[in-house]
Amino acid sequence: MDVIYFDNNATTKVADEVAEAMQPFFCGLYGNPSSMHTFGGQVGHDIKKAREQVANLLSCDPSEIIFTSCGTESDNTAIRSALAACPDRRKIVTSRVEHPAVLTTCRELEIHGYNIVEIPVDGTGRLEMDQFEDALDDDTAVVTIMYANNETGTVFPIEKIAQMVSDKGIIFHTDAVQVIGKIPLDLSKIPIDMLSISGHKLHAPKGVGVLYVRKGTRLLPFMQGGHQESGRRAGTENVPGIVGLGKACELAGQNIEEENNQVKQLRDKLENAILKTCPECIVNGDIENRLPNTSNISFKYIEGEAILLMLDKFGICASSGSACTSGSLEPSHVLRAMGVPFTAAHGSIRFSLSRYNIEKEVDITIEKLPEIVNRLRELSPFVKK
Amino acid sequence: MWEYTDKVKDHFFNPHNVGEVENPDGVGEVGSLACGDALHLSFKLDKDGKIAEAKFKTFGCASAIATSSVLTEIIKGMTIEQAGKVTNKDIADYLGGLPEQKMHCSVLGREALEAAIDNYKTGGTTKHELEGKVVCNCFGVTEKEIERVIAENDLTTVEQVTNYCKAGGGCGGCVGEIEKIIERIQGDKVKHAAKAMPHKGGKLTNIQKIQLIQQTINEEIRPALRADGGNIELIDVEGNKVIVAFRGMCAQCLMAEVTMKDVVEAKLKEFVSEDIFVEEAEDSSQQPHEHKG
Repeated sequence: MDVIYFDNNATTKVADEVAEAMQPFFCGLYGNPSSMHTFGGQVGHDIKKAREQVANLLSCDPSEIIFTSCGTESDNTAIRSALAACPDRRKIVTSRVEHPAVLTTCRELEIHGYNIVEIPVDGTGRLEMDQFEDALDDDTAVVTIMYANNETGTVFPIEKIAQMVSDKGIIFHTDAVQVIGKIPLDLSKIPIDMLSISGHKLHAPKGVGVLYVRKGTRLLPFMQGGHQESGRRAGTENVPGIVGLGKACELAGQNIEEENNQVKQLRDKLENAILKTCPECIVNGDIENRLPNTSNISFKYIEGEAILLMLDKFGICASSGSACTSGSLEPSHVLRAMGVPFTAAHGSIRFSLSRYNIEKEVDITIEKLPEIVNRLRELSPFVKK
Repeated sequence: MWEYTDKVKDHFFNPHNVGEVENPDGVGEVGSLACGDALHLSFKLDKDGKIAEAKFKTFGCASAIATSSVLTEIIKGMTIEQAGKVTNKDIADYLGGLPEQKMHCSVLGREALEAAIDNYKTGGTTKHELEGKVVCNCFGVTEKEIERVIAENDLTTVEQVTNYCKAGGGCGGCVGEIEKIIERIQGDKVKHAAKAMPHKGGKLTNIQKIQLIQQTINEEIRPALRADGGNIELIDVEGNKVIVAFRGMCAQCLMAEVTMKDVVEAKLKEFVSEDIFVEEAEDSSQQPHEHKG
């Protein structure tokens, strides 16, 4: 059975070109870039090239790119560094719908005496901008707001947010893990101070990420040790991963139009067909400001895990915000923050596409899903005939 | 991904006895949409008083559906008396086991059966009524229910209790109470792990007292308020008077006064000193940030 992979916000396939670019660095060019000998030292050129590839995609200077081990490390570094850089400020402004990499970090910092303000969102997942503006004050050390939401695909108005934060002289960090390669991003035009990227979300391998740090932003390293990454991130470089991420960024730049046309068309086809064939469905998120690849749909009166398992039988991979899939007892914090009723939150399914999806896969899903929904609704005590 | 047995998968993909029995002798409904699972069970007796037909309708995950399906199989042919003795463990065993975090599905099955039998016997409500004191307010779980899952499944930790009946899985405010129930029922079986609790000291210096108050707010009080989108800030300490401000959802909550006495003051009395009393800072409810309109 062929796998139909609609879970690209969780992780993506490593692009063939990326795997190929990485290949020489495992058994052949395995040297340590910090070594004095030519064999090791030459690898430094490849890291330099990768840094340029990333900088090109973001329209920034290569010196502003720090390679890390993942998006979570980048988020942790950014937030903790900003706090250390402003020791007299005690407040962090974030949103209620952040990824756990940010939210859990902030809540842990709260125990250490920091004041955390989590800005709510409205029913479509849009940030409450008035409350956001009110929250920015002289005590705010850092603002960390995600660029786009991993669960609903809702894109926040980061240009505006970054400008507001910058005008107040506060450090601004954004978790852009879901955005890179999906929508164009020009850091020469938006005053973002720090930005997190995760390799495996854009067809690079797992275990590599980036923290962009704008020139002039003070950075206090999170990982201590050697002098790698100009002393800003210790630890021997993940050379194959870094080379792969560089290549993936180059490809992302080339494919961004395809993402916004072909992928978006497939997503729209899938979403529209589901809404048409399955009654009592709602799309979660801000439909006007949304990633081109993501569709989060709630199927009322049925439960997400059951839907996923039935999809899984046909090789279709998606994810759910239901409580049961996470092992916790409550449904997704994102959907709850949006005020999505429990009825719908438990039955939410996220389809996230990539440029590797084809129309046939969408067609198969459109064909199978109504059967699944009907079967489960026949079991549901909440559906009255 | 969950590790389900083949039996669970089989009953999920091909559930038996779906629907509602016509002219049922007993009907039971438990759970709710909010909880993420709900079960409707109906049965009919034959002339010998044995269950001739049993059907279900379930909202929930794969294990909830499989549990309901096997429940109808198990009770077929049983007398009411026999059915009344079916435990959640019987249901889980029949399925070849369930993942620990899914054991509450088997408890749901047993509860539905109980409600249906009760409905048969008394003709009373088909819904599962809460009997006795509610311990876990988040999921509406009573002391009696907690005692029962502990006894029937030989549970010794709060985590297990949460897996079996959800109690303690929300704000965490009732964890202390659940621990006490476990201790009462299991006695010596409970290993007394050295737990780092704030030490309620005899004489505290002012600095020690303020630190202990802050620690108690951080560890014992804030997590409970967080669950409802609220927050609390320590403003000042004057002798035994602790001044706090509510933030977020708490700031405009009508229950704030109750929370103040029942949660904040109670915890501070428990962990710091019996003499502590709490007041709310004057500006507390005027904070504009964070609450949702």
